[in-house]
Amino acid sequence: MVNITYAKDCFPLGEQLSVLDGLTGRGVPVPFSCRSGACQTCLMRATRGVPPESAQIGLKDSLKLQNYFLACVCHPTEDLEVALPDDEQAALPATVKKLELLNGDIMQVVLESHAPIEYRPGQFINLARDTGLVRAYSIASVPHEDDHIHLHVRRLPNGRVSGWIHEQLRVGQTVEIRGPAGDCFYVPGNPEQGLILIGTGSGLAPLYGIIRDALHHGHSGPIRLFHGSRDRSGLYLVGELNDLVKQYSNFDYVPCLSGEDVPHQYAKGRAHEVALRHVPNLKNWRMYLCGHPEMVKSAKKNAFLAGASMKDIYADAFNVSLSS
Amino acid sequence: MTEKSLATWWEQTHDSLYAKLGGEAAVNAAVDIFYRKVLTDGRISRFFEGVDMDKQAAKQKAFLTMAFGGPHNYTGLDMRRGHAQLVAQGLNDSHFDAVIEDLGATLRELKVPENLIAQVAGIAESTRNDVLGR
Ligand SMILES: Cc1cc2nc3c(=O)[nH]c(=O)nc-3n(C[C@H](O)[C@H](O)[C@H](O)COP(=O)(O)OP(=O)(O)OC[C@H]3O[C@@H](n4cnc5c(N)ncnc54)[C@H](O)[C@@H]3O)c2cc1C
Ligand code: FES
Repeated sequence: MVNITYAKDCFPLGEQLSVLDGLTGRGVPVPFSCRSGACQTCLMRATRGVPPESAQIGLKDSLKLQNYFLACVCHPTEDLEVALPDDEQAALPATVKKLELLNGDIMQVVLESHAPIEYRPGQFINLARDTGLVRAYSIASVPHEDDHIHLHVRRLPNGRVSGWIHEQLRVGQTVEIRGPAGDCFYVPGNPEQGLILIGTGSGLAPLYGIIRDALHHGHSGPIRLFHGSRDRSGLYLVGELNDLVKQYSNFDYVPCLSGEDVPHQYAKGRAHEVALRHVPNLKNWRMYLCGHPEMVKSAKKNAFLAGASMKDIYADAFNVSLSS
Repeated sequence: MTEKSLATWWEQTHDSLYAKLGGEAAVNAAVDIFYRKVLTDGRISRFFEGVDMDKQAAKQKAFLTMAFGGPHNYTGLDMRRGHAQLVAQGLNDSHFDAVIEDLGATLRELKVPENLIAQVAGIAESTRNDVLGR
């Protein structure tokens, strides 16, 4: 068993426990959200000892070198002395400039950060509610087109942060953000490669940023977007996407409905199944998968089996933790 | 460089099987093909149900690096621990054979000469008892 030291308090970490479990179990207020190594909310730093590589997946190299790690997936094999990252360094205030419903349950949140923030469309930021609850939201804006940071937040039943954003947040209010983070973004180079983007619900947010970023970089290969929802009311940005279709001959947009009643201009079925029907051989395609964790998981596996290379599959599962 | 690390470096960059196969580039070329074969192999695919693709792909890569005679950190004990759960679910010699077969088919697809394929299979074979917890 290994020992964890936090602020002079040293305790043995139980066999199955993550560093996050161990610390929160002792009342240390480590923020967390997904509990599965995706959102980077639980970022911590080892000030003594080396965290396992598996707890650093997805972190920037600069952070890895400084022994930062994700506490929720950290099962150390040696003693660690750990600390929370320096708050002033990481957190940034941002003013809410605009709130606009994109459909019945997705709110566009436009944020102006008080200091310049360098991001790639498709990365995510962590947004803190006044009570200290933190959630990850993907960036739909592109720096060269939009002045501010755009998020698409879907209201979940009893969602503590999404509900607060939909019901209580007001224009002019200041919130705290951290980031950006994540590696689900467009990488220039190889402009002829085909891109397939599959999203469900607010999973369109990062994809909308990635598509416009790719087009801006002069991507010339086919760019195919499959956006899925149960019924028509769950789709959004339909007009904007159709405008892009008219403007760029290499971009196409297939709205997919998985419910019963499917008018003829929509594809019937789940977005990832429709996508694989359209492009059965994915060899040499680059994929972006965002949204519902089950969709991401199953699309990833099926895309790989259909010939896509693991290194060409970029994904953000919108994991929701059931216990924060 | 110490004498030992110099020797390892020479071995790894010159005469080793790993070098002959093409080092890390060869592992990268093989991992997708191999993993795809394993996932679609009806004899063993059930052992991969529901696992995290990225983590699994990383493990496949580590396994291939070892089988190619490259630098690795596996010990017999890790092999035992890593597969104990699967052994409890019924992993046995026939499944191990299937993996070796998929490995051979992968290398053949990549046009690796038969004598090198036999060497790779030999290294993988040497882990059989640890993997099956015997
Ligand atoms: C990398 C990443 C990017 C993301 N990007 C986006 C994005 O662009 N847009 C977006 O909308 N979301 C995104 N998410 C999801 C987002 O971070 C939040 O998880 C989401 O908004 C829910 O947070 P919440 O506080 O509103 O809900 P929570 O209060 O955390 O609750 C989540 C859900 O679980 C249910 N629940 C809570 N507790 C229980 C319980 N005990 N039993 C059963 N059910 C329970 C709630 O009813 C609710 O439906 C992203 C997630 C990740 C990891
Ligand atoms: S990465 Fe640890 S809580 Fe999300």
